[in-house]
Amino acid sequence: MRRTTRARLAANAALLLTAAAFALPLLWLLLASVNAEADLRVRAPSSFTADNFDAVLTDEITFTPMLNSLLLCGGATLLTVVCAALAAYPLSRHHSRFNRPYLLTILFTTCLPITAVMVPVYGLFVQVNLIDTMYGTGLFLATSQLPFSIWLMKNFMDGVPMVLEEAAWTDGASNLQTLTRVVLPLMGPGLTVVTIYTFIQLWGNFFVPFMLILSPEQMPASVSIFTFFGNYGSVIYGQLAAFSILYSAPVLVLYVLIARRLGGGFALGGAVKG
Amino acid sequence: MSTRGTGLWRWVPIAPATALLLLFLAGPIGYCVWIAFTNTQLTGASGSDFVGLDNFRRAFADGDFRNAVRLTLVFTFVSAVLGQNTLGLALAGLMRAASRPVRTVTGTLVITAWVLPEIVAAFLLYTFFRREGTLNAVLDWLHLPSQNWLFTLPILAVSFANVWRGTAFSMLIYSAALAEIPRDITEAAEVDGASGPRRVWHITLPMIRRSIGTNLMLNTLSTLSVFGLIWAMTRGGPGNRSQTLPVFMYDQAFLKSLIGYGTAVALLLLLVGSLFSIVYLRLMKVEV
Repeated sequence: MRRTTRARLAANAALLLTAAAFALPLLWLLLASVNAEADLRVRAPSSFTADNFDAVLTDEITFTPMLNSLLLCGGATLLTVVCAALAAYPLSRHHSRFNRPYLLTILFTTCLPITAVMVPVYGLFVQVNLIDTMYGTGLFLATSQLPFSIWLMKNFMDGVPMVLEEAAWTDGASNLQTLTRVVLPLMGPGLTVVTIYTFIQLWGNFFVPFMLILSPEQMPASVSIFTFFGNYGSVIYGQLAAFSILYSAPVLVLYVLIARRLGGGFALGGAVKG
Repeated sequence: MSTRGTGLWRWVPIAPATALLLLFLAGPIGYCVWIAFTNTQLTGASGSDFVGLDNFRRAFADGDFRNAVRLTLVFTFVSAVLGQNTLGLALAGLMRAASRPVRTVTGTLVITAWVLPEIVAAFLLYTFFRREGTLNAVLDWLHLPSQNWLFTLPILAVSFANVWRGTAFSMLIYSAALAEIPRDITEAAEVDGASGPRRVWHITLPMIRRSIGTNLMLNTLSTLSVFGLIWAMTRGGPGNRSQTLPVFMYDQAFLKSLIGYGTAVALLLLLVGSLFSIVYLRLMKVEV
């Protein structure tokens, strides 16, 4: 018994040390955002202030970029989820020689470094006049998440028993009706996980809009954050921290909503069943 | 019954996704293969001529390219293999022995670092490593020598940033893997008198070896494509001392306008990624 107590103490100590190291940068974010004289290091503000938040809560700094992010990522998420649900249905329900190669290709694609294709994507977008458009960027963002969403969606769909669908088919329902009225409602939680996970991934994506969107009024928050370094002579760190919190808040909240479902091994969900 | 669809009709729902993937992913990859063999430039009227393997020959002769390869190896090895993987495994293991509140606090902090958008993480670590930043404040407090980390050891600074940001993934994978080891096996070893480290080496590690393989592969792949983190922290500098392949690719293609050359670098990155993906798929022996 004594040995397990000592082991527990040692484990606690080691974990708390690591936790402190992980906490320091986050602590800076929280403290700097309410400090009128924030600089680069973690320190308690002499007096708390909401000035930093006040200063960034303007159309130009916060609302327009956040709205852009919402339109861009919301639209792309919707497209991804609809396409993934449609694609997952035959892959999950109908067995064919075609399934295995298709799914293997999908899984292979989820592993590719998408960063590497950004140069040709830029070139392609210039040629077909999709450069600097929200819908073009949204289409590419949606596609970049699609392989993983299809894979995840298919695994959730496999968990829905086919009995009810067969009943619907006998009643004369079409494939599409069965999918939207029977299967998707039954996999509600799975659908939520795919949707929120996709949105979180897209919301944080920097490189794609950084490359494909050029005009400042269309920039999403992930890129507009750089204006804190460009527009002012010296960086106002308190405002940068305040904006970072506003920009991060939606994904943190959404993650908390699905965290329990993601559970331990989810991380890359079905992809890491091995 | 005919509404149920037979034969090819059943596969219609797969069409939109496939079309998107072909247009926006397979298309650019194919285009990548073509451009990499030309001398396309962003500006100027030189057009684009087929130049064969010139871009690749040039890459292997280019000191900056070799520097980028070397830094990518360092970055990937230090942050993905040593950092995220080992720390993730250690955290997952320690959590099984720790008390509940400690487990919750540590888990929450590590996962928060992971969920934050890439650019926010980059700024946080940028302020952390700056000369006037928190790390030096802590070192001063401990009476240890401080230095300008982003200048003296930029590649290590961005590697640590990537560890901070990415460890949660490994931690989650290993927590799940460790939870699946049947308790009686470790108990039997304990009864037989095997010490802690020996139990880990001879029982735990062999039992989770597939998770280790999977995790190493996925960590490596995601680290290979890190761009935003490095870009926001150092822009690849000072000089080119933290210029990994994605940053080098961006620099050549856009700042130096050599699209053909930049794309050749991208293609090499894709090839390395594909090799890893294939090994990963084989390792997992995916059941589809």
